[in-house]
Amino acid sequence: MPVLEKGALRADDWQVVDDEAALPDAPVLISLARLLRDAALLAGRNAPLGVAIGNDVNPDVLAPLLPRLALVQVVLPKSRDGRAFSQARKLREYLGYTGEIRVAGHVIPDHYAMLLRCGASTVVVAEGTDAAVWEASRKVVSIAYQHGLAAETPISLLRRKVA
Amino acid sequence: MSAKARSATMPVVITANRLRDGRVVWLGAGTAWVEALAQARAVTGDDAAAALVLGQQAEKAMQVVGVYAAEVTLSAAGPQPVSQKERIRAAGPSTEAAAQLAA
Amino acid sequence: MPEAPYIPQPEHARTYRYDAVDREFLAQRIAEFRDQVARRLAGELTEDEFKPLRLMNGLYLQLHAYMLRVAVPYGVLNSAQLRQLGMIARRWDRGWGHFTTRQNIQFNWTQLTDVPAMLDALAAVDMHAIQTSGNCIRNTTTDEFAGAAADEIADPRVYAEILRQWSTLHPEFTWLPRKFKIAIRGAEADRIASRTHDVAVQVKRDAAGAVGFTIQVGGGMGRTPILAVPLFEFVPEAEFLRTMEAILRVYNALGQRENIYRARIKILVRDLGRDGFLDLVQQELARMPLAPYRLAPEVVQAIRAHFAPPPFAPAGDAAAALARATLAEPEFAAWVALNTRPHRQAGYASAVISLKPVGGIPGDATAAQMEAVADLAERFAFGELRVSHTQNLVLPHVRQDELYALWQGLLAAGLATANFGQGSDIIACPGLDYCALANARSIPISQQISRVVDALDRTHVLGELQIKISGCINACGHHHVAHIGILGVDKHGAEAYQITLGGAPGNDAAIGELIGPSFSYEAVAGAVEKILLTHIGLRAPGERFVDTYRRVGQAPFKEALYARA
Repeated sequence: MPVLEKGALRADDWQVVDDEAALPDAPVLISLARLLRDAALLAGRNAPLGVAIGNDVNPDVLAPLLPRLALVQVVLPKSRDGRAFSQARKLREYLGYTGEIRVAGHVIPDHYAMLLRCGASTVVVAEGTDAAVWEASRKVVSIAYQHGLAAETPISLLRRKVA
Repeated sequence: MSAKARSATMPVVITANRLRDGRVVWLGAGTAWVEALAQARAVTGDDAAAALVLGQQAEKAMQVVGVYAAEVTLSAAGPQPVSQKERIRAAGPSTEAAAQLAA
Repeated sequence: MPEAPYIPQPEHARTYRYDAVDREFLAQRIAEFRDQVARRLAGELTEDEFKPLRLMNGLYLQLHAYMLRVAVPYGVLNSAQLRQLGMIARRWDRGWGHFTTRQNIQFNWTQLTDVPAMLDALAAVDMHAIQTSGNCIRNTTTDEFAGAAADEIADPRVYAEILRQWSTLHPEFTWLPRKFKIAIRGAEADRIASRTHDVAVQVKRDAAGAVGFTIQVGGGMGRTPILAVPLFEFVPEAEFLRTMEAILRVYNALGQRENIYRARIKILVRDLGRDGFLDLVQQELARMPLAPYRLAPEVVQAIRAHFAPPPFAPAGDAAAALARATLAEPEFAAWVALNTRPHRQAGYASAVISLKPVGGIPGDATAAQMEAVADLAERFAFGELRVSHTQNLVLPHVRQDELYALWQGLLAAGLATANFGQGSDIIACPGLDYCALANARSIPISQQISRVVDALDRTHVLGELQIKISGCINACGHHHVAHIGILGVDKHGAEAYQITLGGAPGNDAAIGELIGPSFSYEAVAGAVEKILLTHIGLRAPGERFVDTYRRVGQAPFKEALYARA
């Protein structure tokens, strides 16, 4: 499925690899279980490594491995399950993660601006998605009343420009 | 609640709220949605299941929201609701007169 | 743009005044919702996708129509806003509105296609319906006498407005496991049912006068009523928002999402234990940076400026004039005794406008009544108003020597019922007459009981008495924390009512105890009468029902209700 990044769609260049399959020398997205199991083996790997975490995972478990990760994928199994918002924020705010945070699952355009403000970078979207709809949704509210992690300009004491 | 779960002998009407204005409607003749329970089509058994499918199609077609089957009894004046909730949906709040009085 | 023209608001009414940025934000938010409605009607959003979006704009689908719940921020309102609510009631509803236990107002007969225009009309007076529903941080509630009460230590409106702004479209906490309700007070006296909230805040001052916050967590009603427990004794002002963020973050990560009845923070706090929950919040706090979350003194100062005292007149002989008027007119004296409260400013009082006429619908006000109250607020109270969680209105600042003229104005509008805090001042949810979740009717039961109680009150003077009715286990009518609580249930397809006794919402908070088997729709008012007659027979002079009950226990009441004749 395509990936939405900064207003544009692009092909997903990450390969999802099962826990027991061999890892190709290309960007791979593996499970948290495999990441933890094979941490030592993966240490020598050069191609980019990504991990998909469930919404019940405390991102703290990734802390020692984050320097090796180029992608952390979080998920909204249902559109109203917002745990991924906190996971993304923790990764950025104090776990020091600077790689890509990708959001998968039942994500709708109305989530988009808030996901970005929590530190997400990209969203996995359905084939045939119109990126313009997501951009319009992202831009419709350009003022925020609280600190966030997207590009933001303070405009007064409590307010920020975000879009 | 599915129509299947009901007793085969109890007639039902298919009801929902209209998407645009939220008003209570019932499935009447054919695929028409009517605003009065008296004009609703009471159905049983397989007919009830088929009517519910019509209702679900109307939900997909953005006509109505929250389709379900509600039990009724039959009378000369048309179907009569069984539960208190359906009585209030059909007749309006039992307090409305009092609110107007207070005005 | 289809925006309604901005309507001027009374100069001295202390409601938070929007600046250009706030107005731009609101216009954007309405544009977003207008687009969401269009996408829903075009079929681009399914009802499952649209529902959480419309709920975050206060829009429910109830039994008969859509219902729009409009936020009255922490229950503070001005006359221009109330008049506009009246206009909305006339133009897009059926001519009245319903004030709620959350200090908000609901319109019951809304059409989906009208909602964007209604939101434009609200924006014209700095109002909105944002986050009055949905699994997000809801409208913060506070003391209806805030900024006026003689016993106030710090003004909670300042921090309630800060919470409002901070929680508005919060990027991290808009898709929580369940709704999240915060109440805040600035007096020791608890008039806000603190411990029934997800988070209860009390603004305090330390010995040096610096502001800090006592925080309780994990209260709630519903199927599993739990009273909030202490979490922090004194959070410094600068760390207030960071502390709230940490609490919400722990809840967002760990609150249950599978079972709606176990999804509130009260279950998480109960399951982890207070210490276990505190431990997680402190781990979060230890790692969160302070700088981005710091509540700076200049922010507080800027918000505080919106809530400066109005230009009070010198007291003069206002108190003496009031005393003369009460001597001359016993009915007025009764209203003053029950419906006014002491004010911090000499010569002033706060006046409660009861929306509980005997036999009426609790919390309902017609458009004409809203307009009449708006006029009275302008004449007598700087144009400022409050909505109480008991579903009444309050004029916070009235000169004592003008209370008589106010009372006459209220009489003319049919709003001079003298019963604040009395047995006929019943809290009731909309119940099965309107609500899609209800199992039984609440309003007609309230109407019946108010007549029974009023008749008893006339001969026996029952004193303070809190009767509260919910039409289902969600407990919007606060029945768990009522002296006499009534819960509507479905019993084999018929409406039935359980009665609980001994609950209370305030400093003596308690969950009421079930007295026995339920009563039919026809029998419940008679049961309440028996309970009160039993109280009258047992009470010490001047003793409130709840104190009698706590002293003598269930037995005599059980006997009166269930003994075979």
